[in-house]
Amino acid sequence: MSITVDIRKNLGAFTVDAGFEAGNGITTLFGKSGAGKTSIVQMLSGLMTPDTGKIVLNGKTLFDSASRLQVPAQDRQIGYVFQDARLFPHMNVRRNLEYGTRRRKKQGNDAPKFDDVIAVLGIEQLLDRQTHQLSGGERQRVAIGRALLSSPRLLLMDEPLAALDAERKWEIIPFIQSTQREFGIPAIYVSHAVEEVLQLADKMVLLVDGGVAASGPVEDVMNRPDLIRVTGAGDPGTVIPVWVKDEGVDAGIARLSFAGGEFRVVATGLEKGTRLRLRVRARDVSLATSRPKNVSVLNVFEGRVTAVSDDERPQAEVSIDVGGATIWSQITRRSLHELEIEPGSNVFAMVKAVAIDRPAIRT
Amino acid sequence: MFSLSPEELEALQLSLKVSFWAVGISLPFGILTAWCLARLEFPGKVLIDAIIHVPLVVPPVVVGYMLLLLLGKNGALGSWLHDTLGITVGFSWQGAAIAAAVMAFPLMVRAIRLSLESVDRRMEQTARTLGAGPVDVFFSITLPLSGSGIVAGTILAFARALGEFGATITFVSSIPGETTTLPLALYSLAQIPGEEGGALRLMIISVTVAFAAMVAAEIIARRVRRRIAGP
Repeated sequence: MSITVDIRKNLGAFTVDAGFEAGNGITTLFGKSGAGKTSIVQMLSGLMTPDTGKIVLNGKTLFDSASRLQVPAQDRQIGYVFQDARLFPHMNVRRNLEYGTRRRKKQGNDAPKFDDVIAVLGIEQLLDRQTHQLSGGERQRVAIGRALLSSPRLLLMDEPLAALDAERKWEIIPFIQSTQREFGIPAIYVSHAVEEVLQLADKMVLLVDGGVAASGPVEDVMNRPDLIRVTGAGDPGTVIPVWVKDEGVDAGIARLSFAGGEFRVVATGLEKGTRLRLRVRARDVSLATSRPKNVSVLNVFEGRVTAVSDDERPQAEVSIDVGGATIWSQITRRSLHELEIEPGSNVFAMVKAVAIDRPAIRT
Repeated sequence: MFSLSPEELEALQLSLKVSFWAVGISLPFGILTAWCLARLEFPGKVLIDAIIHVPLVVPPVVVGYMLLLLLGKNGALGSWLHDTLGITVGFSWQGAAIAAAVMAFPLMVRAIRLSLESVDRRMEQTARTLGAGPVDVFFSITLPLSGSGIVAGTILAFARALGEFGATITFVSSIPGETTTLPLALYSLAQIPGEEGGALRLMIISVTVAFAAMVAAEIIARRVRRRIAGP
């Protein structure tokens, strides 16, 4: 599957002018609130009409201002999961789930089956409930199931976890991952939360003020030092692909291999060989110019400084290349000068094993 | 005192028949009109809205006379109906039903329009993303979600139709067994000395039927609301 988007719309306060492509897997539309994320997915779904531009899904044009073509929302076969679930209040869970299925008679055999969907989402027990009896997390799972059962060619998810508390969020994410594994319906996932993106997305489209600032694999976009103000959101960090080497040699400490060596983190229950993403926050990384002795820090990597942020703030971000992987360190400008760190310097980056917390690990 | 005379029973049955038809025929139009007023923007909307509300603000006798001019045997529309289709609505119970429907229409439209306007448009959008076209959305989402208002509007119109007097007597006169509904029968009895007992009985029947309708409306509306929003 592929979707090609090139749309413009004047929304009064700002203008959306976005062009990007998305393929299989989950593509995240990432950006601060007000960046135009929701407007873009609304235009993809057909609920909002762009002023000009073109939208093509799997070779079929859904919108083209040049030829005045506008496929109505009900004919686009694009599922939409809203932030507030929007279950129909006058139907029970089962009828909500079946609403889209009953309206999509023509479909291939690869369309998600009712029994499979409710099993994967764990909502078998809820079928006869009224929607007001559901918790926030249950509502969202039913909403995802309802969208899947309309046999969409593309699934739009507009911050489906934003209305849930942190604990519920981590309960829902595995369900989204397993629906992706089981049914493989390409998805565009709107979010402003880094941890959700790391868990779910393969590709990232970074939106700033209605336009696309960058797009590509999540790691590439997240690790670009020039986008640190946008992707960092006050807490910058890099994303490092790792795989589980082993677990539990030292009690509760897992060893994760990456391009530049081996991370030791506090984690249990990781399966050997699993590929994960680590988010290493810049403020958790300290620097030394010689190999430190007698320190408690378990992760010490030798690397070369590739860039140093240059502005008036008292703290600076130092970008370090460790065997091909990128690690950022946030230190004071004072330390920077004292240690005489500049691009080209050899440094030792130190990351505490306990600083890398569970949400940064993609399971 | 509560054994009804044949005439009184006839008036009650006729009243119910006239009101049922009046409401039944005008309900689809009422919903359509309310939907147009609630959802569409078109030139002349204010004028249409005003015309619909005319029966509410002018004396019922005026409405009855207008109907007579329009639908009477020599009326603009009435003569055409008579000549081409052989239908005469003047001085018949069908005419009474038309008078009642016209008088009750604004009340029905107002109640339904209010409930349509309170339907969450986002639910309709959601239904569209699930493959439902506009007509499908209307019947599967909009109509059920505005159910309580539609019930309220229907019953309100029914009660208004039961009580119709001025337009009816002007348009179709008072013909026993044909157009003499409860209020008309009550009025004639009240004119005759010594018939106070009958008038009183008809009054009690009128109040009881109207009261029962309102209670039923409230119960149904509550049920619909509970089904939608939960207890």
